[in-house]
This record gives sequence, structure tokens and C-alpha cells, in this order.
Amino acid sequence: MLTVLNPVGFPPRVARKPPAPRLDSLEGKTVYLVDCRFDDSDVFLGQMQAWFAERLPGARTVVKRISSVYLHDDPTTWEEIKSRGHAAILGVGH
Amino acid sequence: MTLETGYGVPTVAVHTDKFDRVVRSVAQVNGMPGLRQVFVPQPIMGKTPAELRAYVDGRDPITGRPVMQEVVEGLTRPFDESELGPAEFDRSTPRLVEPDTEENLHRRFLDNHWTDMLPIVLPTEARVADMLAHTRRQPDEIVGRMRSTHFREHWAYSVEKVAVNAVMAGARPEYFPVILALAATGVTARSSSSSAMAAMAVVNGPVRNEIGMNAGTGAMGPYSHANATIGRAYGLLSQNGQGGSVPGLSYMGNQGNSYAYNSVTFAENEERSPWEPFHVQHGLKPEDSAVSVFSGVRSTAFTLGLRETHWREHVRNLLRGIDPNGPPTLLLDPIAARQFVTRGGFTKKDALIDWLHDNALMPAGEYWDYQLVQNYIYPRATFGEEPWASKLKAAPDALIPMFRREDIHVVVVGGETNGYWRIMGCNYQKTVSVDDWR
Repeated sequence: MLTVLNPVGFPPRVARKPPAPRLDSLEGKTVYLVDCRFDDSDVFLGQMQAWFAERLPGARTVVKRISSVYLHDDPTTWEEIKSRGHAAILGVGH
Repeated sequence: MTLETGYGVPTVAVHTDKFDRVVRSVAQVNGMPGLRQVFVPQPIMGKTPAELRAYVDGRDPITGRPVMQEVVEGLTRPFDESELGPAEFDRSTPRLVEPDTEENLHRRFLDNHWTDMLPIVLPTEARVADMLAHTRRQPDEIVGRMRSTHFREHWAYSVEKVAVNAVMAGARPEYFPVILALAATGVTARSSSSSAMAAMAVVNGPVRNEIGMNAGTGAMGPYSHANATIGRAYGLLSQNGQGGSVPGLSYMGNQGNSYAYNSVTFAENEERSPWEPFHVQHGLKPEDSAVSVFSGVRSTAFTLGLRETHWREHVRNLLRGIDPNGPPTLLLDPIAARQFVTRGGFTKKDALIDWLHDNALMPAGEYWDYQLVQNYIYPRATFGEEPWASKLKAAPDALIPMFRREDIHVVVVGGETNGYWRIMGCNYQKTVSVDDWR
């Protein structure tokens, strides 16, 4: 029998983070469709916006591109969504 | 996750199905295992609006439920306790592996994705102790932190953890300060990028000769024990130190990358170079020993020497052959380096880099249409970041530089069996002293 050392590093502690409260419905609400600027995701979100217009017209949608590349935090956009919107759909991760 | 936790906005994230395991894992390690995520088929890129509308109207390929039903429910259905996960996730790492036979331990290391699928040396306490004897640093000292992608959390690794991975790679103990310096860069050699990145490591200074690194014939592999195992140790340390590199979970490189087996690790041929060594360009003294690491190593272009009449055109052609988002690092055999001096008049590396910058040109319309430029450079240009903001003003037919000058580099390596040279498309990250880790 051999005793050997474990090669794996040390992970940080992870605590649960509470999600935002959900909405009762999307009726009368503003939903931001956030374009993460990945490989034609703007075209995809345009189609999702069309779906909302046809199927859920009571929800207002706004397509918003993130300010820079997805690797950077974008507090300006997040503040806009918080102040002017009620919910967000982020897309598309690859 | 930032919108949910930092701004209180209910959010749904839409991904393609190939990223199912990785995005759920990322959510988990960020403390939100129940993050609402919806999947559509891969790919999005290149699909027509009608095809993408079919994705919207279709079903989530992971759950089989209608995509938009999941989206709407994701924003409106309250979370129950079971979705939120435990208050704190226990993820401790034991120091030792449970004792077993040699054969079973090899199998366990493979099954746990702790190797690069080649045979390893088992890291017994005696072998690790031999490695640790070659640094004055304490075994429990934290050397650095790494992560496989921007979205994941950094994991830490100690001197002992680096030694364990160095033993696994087959490195000799005298190589250990170089491996520690690579670990101290904090630059992973196991990025999870779908672009299948590898790393490259250049060693400079006296340590090259002290430990028998190769800067000459066959330097880039596979003909030097030091080059091979130091680079392999860097890769193993990266994948284990950062908590994993598992296809579909924490590695998404679409084609993989054989450069990753030893992270293109070699010594610069300082003795035969007509220019100052790479580490001296980056602030160290010639008598210092150092490692310099590059990430995003994917594309390679090559040619033989510099022809008298058309060398400029030939070099321009090579530069045009690499993606504008992967700037060029020239790896020049000393014969080719001297030709750049004699034919081009570049008595200083800086002059050559100036010329490369000024001659790697492309019509603006073509440049901005590259997918990776669209993904990573165009957004920065639109918000005023230079030099890209100025490039954005150019007419579509106007020639603009493909690369920033500061992203272009030159290293001399090779044994002068011929004047072949190559260009690596990659990103220089940093230079770290080896002497600090002796």
C-alpha cells in the first residue's frame, strides 16, 4: 500500500447567495433582453423580443447590449435595468 | 448572478446546450445552484433569424420543456428551499489520498481527471520532500491562485501542492524554483475557453544552463527533459491547482490543443540572439533568472528565412494569416533573427516590433468583421477605448493595424540547423523572477 499526496488546490468557501424575489407576472412589466455580444446573440434576442410582442404583448421588452465585453462588469447597464426594468433575460452564453 | 444578487433583479440566463454542465457548475460555485438557466440548441452563430425563431418557439434540449415557458416561469415562479442549496458548501481538500496499491492509485488519478492522460509519477511523501528541499519557501506558503475562466472562483495552491504536481510531471527537484515561478504567475495553462487555448513559457537567465534547459536544436520539444517536464508540471499544476479541467464541466476547448501537453516551454537562446533577452525587455537584469508566460496559444504560421527581394511581403502574409485577436509573438531561430538584422536593419528588437506593427495591416471593413474582433474588441472600441476607438473611425477600405504594438513580441530560440521561424498567435501575460523561488 502506498500513501500519496492529493494534487488538488484549495477552493474558497462558498456561501449561498439569495436570488431576487420573482414577479407575480410579466404583465405591465419591463423585461430587459441583455445582449452579451456573443456570436449573433443579438439576432437571437431579436427573435425573442418578437415572441414577446406576439405572445405576451402586455410585457414591454428592451434589447440592451452590455457596454463592453462580457469579461468586464457593467454597473452602468445593471443600474439602468434596476431603475427602469423589472426583470432581465441574459443571452446567449455561446 | 450579479443582477440577481447585487441589484435585486429577477433574471434568467439563456445558454446553448453544450454549456449545460459548465454553467450549472459555475452557478453552484458562486453560491446560486438554483439560478434560473434555460438552454437552446448549439450553435447560435451563423443561424438565420427564422432558425433562431425556431429555437425560441422550440423546446429546451436539456429539459424537453418549451423554452419560453421556462423563461417566463424563471422570472415569475418563486424559489423553493431545495433550489437554493445549503447555506455553505463544504469543499475541503484532503492532504493525502486514501492509501492503496500503486495500480489502483494510478487508476484513481486518471479517474479523478488529475492527469493529462499520460502516465504520471505517484507523489509519495518522500518524492515530494525531495522537491521541497530545492526551495527555501515553506511547504504551506500560498504560491498563487488560478481559475479556468473569468466566471469561476480562484483556487489557491501552496508550495507543497506545486511540488506534488511537479513530481507527477516527472520533474527533477532542481527544476522546482522554475515551476514555482510559473505557478506564481497565476496564469492558468488550462483555460476553459472554447477556443482551446494553450500556454507558452519562456525561461531566461542563468537557471537555463544550471538545470540543462534547451534553447537550441529541438528546444520546443520533445527533446529536453527539463523543458518537457517543467512545462508539463505547469499544466498539471494549473488543472489541479485551479480545481479541475474536465471536458464539458470545466474545459470547453472545442478541438483541444496538443501544445497543452507541455505548454510550449523552452529557454530563450540568449547566447546566439542578436538582441537583448526577453526578460531584460521586461525589467529584469541579464543575470536574473525568470519565466515569462503567454496565454491564448493556438495559431502558428511559419516560413524559412528572409528572402532578399520579397521578405517584407512574405512576413506581411504570415501576419495576415493569424487572427487579429491573437497577436503575434515571433519565435526566431538565431539564423532568422540575424537575417532580420542584416536584411531589415533591425539592430534592436524594438525596431523590428515597430515594423511589424506598421506592416500588419488590414482593410478596416475586414478587420471589424472578424468574429473575435466583434466579440472582444468592437465593444471596447464603441466605448472609446484606444487605439480601437480611432480604428473604428476608419473607412472600410482604409488599412488599419491588426495589432496593438505592445502586444507584439519577439523571442529567439533554435539550434541553427536551418533558418526556419514561426509566429505564435498568443497574449503575453507576465514575467516572474525564478530567483525569488529558489
